Amino acid sequence: MELQHVNVKIFVDGDLSIDPAQFINVFHSWTAEQSCEELLIDVADYRHVPAGPGVVLVGLQADYAMDDAEHRWGLLYNRKAAAEGSNADRLIQAFRAAAKACERLEAELPGLTFSRQEFQIFVNDRALAPNRPETLAACQTDLTTFLESLLGHGEATITAESDPRRRFGVLVHTQRPFDLAALAGAAT
Amino acid sequence: MKASNGLWKDLLDGQISAQHAEEIDTFETEIELRQQDKVDEKVFAETRLRRGTYGQRYDNGQRHDGSQSQTLAFADKQTKGPHTAWDAPGMQRIKIPYGGVNARQLDVMAELAEEYSDGIVHITTRQDFQLHFIHIEDTPSLMRRLAAVGITTREACGNSVRNICGCPFAGVCPDEAFDVTPYADALTQFLLGHPDAQNFGRKFKPSFSGCAQHACGLAAMHDMGLIAETREIDGQLQRGFRLVVGGGLGAVPRQAKLFDEFLPPEELLPIAQAIARVFGRHGEKKMRSRARMKFLIEKWGMEKFTAEVREERAGLKEDPRWTEYLPGVDQDCESAKRPPGELPEDTTGDQRYAHWLKTNLREQRQPGYVTVTVALPLGDLTADQTRSLADIVREFTNDTVRTTVEQNFVIRWVSKADVPALYAALDKVGLSEPGASNILDIVTCPGTDTCKLGISSSRGLAGELRTRLAEKSFQMDQAIQDLHIKVSGCFNSCGQHHVADIGFYGVSRTFQGYKVPHFQVVLGGQWEENGGSYGLPIVAIPSKRVPDALDRITGMYLTKRDKDERFVSFVKRIGKGAIREALDDLTSDAPTPEQDPNFYSDWADPRQYSLGDIGKGECAGEVVSQYEFEMAGAERMVFGAQLQLEGGNPDQAGKDAYDAMLRAAKALVLMQYDDVTSDPEEIVEEFKERYYDTEIFFDPFAGPKFADYFFATHEQAGTPFTADSAHHTIEEAQLFIEAVHSCYNKLRSEPATT
Ligand code: SF4
Repeated sequence: MELQHVNVKIFVDGDLSIDPAQFINVFHSWTAEQSCEELLIDVADYRHVPAGPGVVLVGLQADYAMDDAEHRWGLLYNRKAAAEGSNADRLIQAFRAAAKACERLEAELPGLTFSRQEFQIFVNDRALAPNRPETLAACQTDLTTFLESLLGHGEATITAESDPRRRFGVLVHTQRPFDLAALAGAAT
Repeated sequence: MKASNGLWKDLLDGQISAQHAEEIDTFETEIELRQQDKVDEKVFAETRLRRGTYGQRYDNGQRHDGSQSQTLAFADKQTKGPHTAWDAPGMQRIKIPYGGVNARQLDVMAELAEEYSDGIVHITTRQDFQLHFIHIEDTPSLMRRLAAVGITTREACGNSVRNICGCPFAGVCPDEAFDVTPYADALTQFLLGHPDAQNFGRKFKPSFSGCAQHACGLAAMHDMGLIAETREIDGQLQRGFRLVVGGGLGAVPRQAKLFDEFLPPEELLPIAQAIARVFGRHGEKKMRSRARMKFLIEKWGMEKFTAEVREERAGLKEDPRWTEYLPGVDQDCESAKRPPGELPEDTTGDQRYAHWLKTNLREQRQPGYVTVTVALPLGDLTADQTRSLADIVREFTNDTVRTTVEQNFVIRWVSKADVPALYAALDKVGLSEPGASNILDIVTCPGTDTCKLGISSSRGLAGELRTRLAEKSFQMDQAIQDLHIKVSGCFNSCGQHHVADIGFYGVSRTFQGYKVPHFQVVLGGQWEENGGSYGLPIVAIPSKRVPDALDRITGMYLTKRDKDERFVSFVKRIGKGAIREALDDLTSDAPTPEQDPNFYSDWADPRQYSLGDIGKGECAGEVVSQYEFEMAGAERMVFGAQLQLEGGNPDQAGKDAYDAMLRAAKALVLMQYDDVTSDPEEIVEEFKERYYDTEIFFDPFAGPKFADYFFATHEQAGTPFTADSAHHTIEEAQLFIEAVHSCYNKLRSEPATT
């Protein structure tokens, strides 16, 4: 099974304590500077929609969003272009891009902190990864490899998305905090 | 681009009709051919438009970041059309005839929004769905997934028959003459891909309304508006349609004109076919700005247009499809899932719920049932909400839900007994917004968010107004709550600002050498009676001061209205002059960029508004001030023209609007030639030579359109104006003045040449 279009959402630690309007300014400055690896195109503001995509930085190969889906704010990296390598490589690429964006947001927006223990991974493609138990079984090894190579340990609880109509994905809760800065640094 | 694009064809094998499957295969081949440069870019652009695949802002690879224009480094590939990068994300419009959808289709929309777009399903003012930021190479997969649930995007854009609108309450409305749904459905099927509907110079928009008094179908602003009526003929109650033609909003709006007072149903399809043939054959093809049906009717007059269509109809070869659907129109296609009931007494004390009950419920003509409007902020909902809505529709109804021209959903056939449970279910997923169809329910086009033509941020403004109004919506006087606000990002009117009580459309102005986003305030429009009259702009207000302007207008209405006076009558009685006077100070005393940089940016967009586009001017000081002086005069004159029209002097109104155009043209001429006199012939000649023949005045998208308005009005000088023609000339003068402002800004931004 080929996992493409991997999405990673790293949750905000606790409640969001800053005005989400600030994400608009930050994402516009990233676009002006073209300071991500992807070509950045525009910023879409969806703060008016409850539990929605929040503020989206639309790129060509990937989108970055401060996303409020299910009323949980977090940085979402949505890989749109197909990526090279193995499934584990693609999981790592998406996680690192998300971690790097979190690092930058924490630095640019004092008061904003992301969780070091909880994140979500999902595959944004129902044809490649339909949300059924067989998909989870088929990519269990890739997930374990990914978590081990990323965290240096495999001590994490994985909860699969149970609604078959939603995209295949897992919620990851690690036993010990991971080092976001180191993971973000590894992305460069 | 999705890695799974090669999979969907096989995955959906057998689930798509042969015709749809073939059409999508053909489109996929056309994409490949364009990639190999075997299809011309213009031809490909029209091909994709007819599949609903539209361009989006920044797809020319340029984006202004507030200080300079930035080149977006899209890969150097073939284009998708003139100046349209292949990889640039675009918009996909999805036609939903008369707004009718089902739960399964909603599920698929949710999936598509997540996988191909940004997670948002958007509803347009013509009951379509729209997805943004779509990659062209993903569109065949997306279309296959839609086709598998019975939706086609064919002819959703381009020079074709667009989505056929219809009342979302058709079949359940107590005020309707009869259910227009089966007729709208038949016309949709008949015209889709019809050979006689493939050769238009512009789009062709039909709409159905079940009654004349409400605005659910907005028949009067369509190319072909059909209003249901019944008449007793020979002792029998017969059905028919009041058919109006040639309506349209856009830059220069026209009210549709009566074609037939009572068109029998068996003539509906043949007359539509005849109209399509006449429009296809005689409609303007070269000059896009004059290519809508309204201009053909204007050129010919109704008498000639009617005669041509009748003659065409008489010569049509009989087609069994014209009538074969008619025996089935009365078979109820919809039914209730739950038994009728009574609305349980509200003992919750929940003010929000009480408000929702008042604004979002409507009695059906079937006792014991109501319709429930799901009001969407800015016409948006998330993929999760879309799935939840599908579940709710399944739980409480037999799949009976429609989109509306106010960018909402209407759930039909809700048993009154289920209302509290349905509210709770909607509330749980953030879909219980009260205030449907009132001041909070602001309609807006995409504007500068995604539209290539947007001038000001219509969604940004609408979002800001919603937030402010929501804070006090429960306390507002009923008269204020009942107002309709509609916002467009430019004069093209996709937000339907002409038929709002209070409309806004985006323009720009220059203060202290910097561009400032503005909105024209449009008053005098009427939402009821199918969009029964169109408003006119009274003054341009800086974007950041529009909320204050709205407060003042609503405040005036509240304190000065006569008992039970409707807003449109209030505006007429008190006069636009008085309202403009109350807003005048908002147009001046601009802060400097240092004092308030915010004033120089748009809503929800921190970039300095087109600052880098203009820079500091190179022109000599006196010429600039003379320009400003002349333009202030031109704006005053066009406003004066409105007052003349209001005062019942159409001829003077038309003349004043023409004089305003002359003065604006002179302002531009003065920039190059300061000996120009006030002789109209000389102004026109100089303007033509300096700005038209050189194409300096041409709009990047509309080309010579606005100059053509000026020349056409000049040609007609001396012909007396009627109320109708004066109204149009005022609109055109306003647009010409805006174009002069744009041209001036453009000139000021260009470095002086030696
Ligand atoms: S009104 Fe103007 S800005 Fe709005 S969608 Fe239409 S063309 Fe675009």
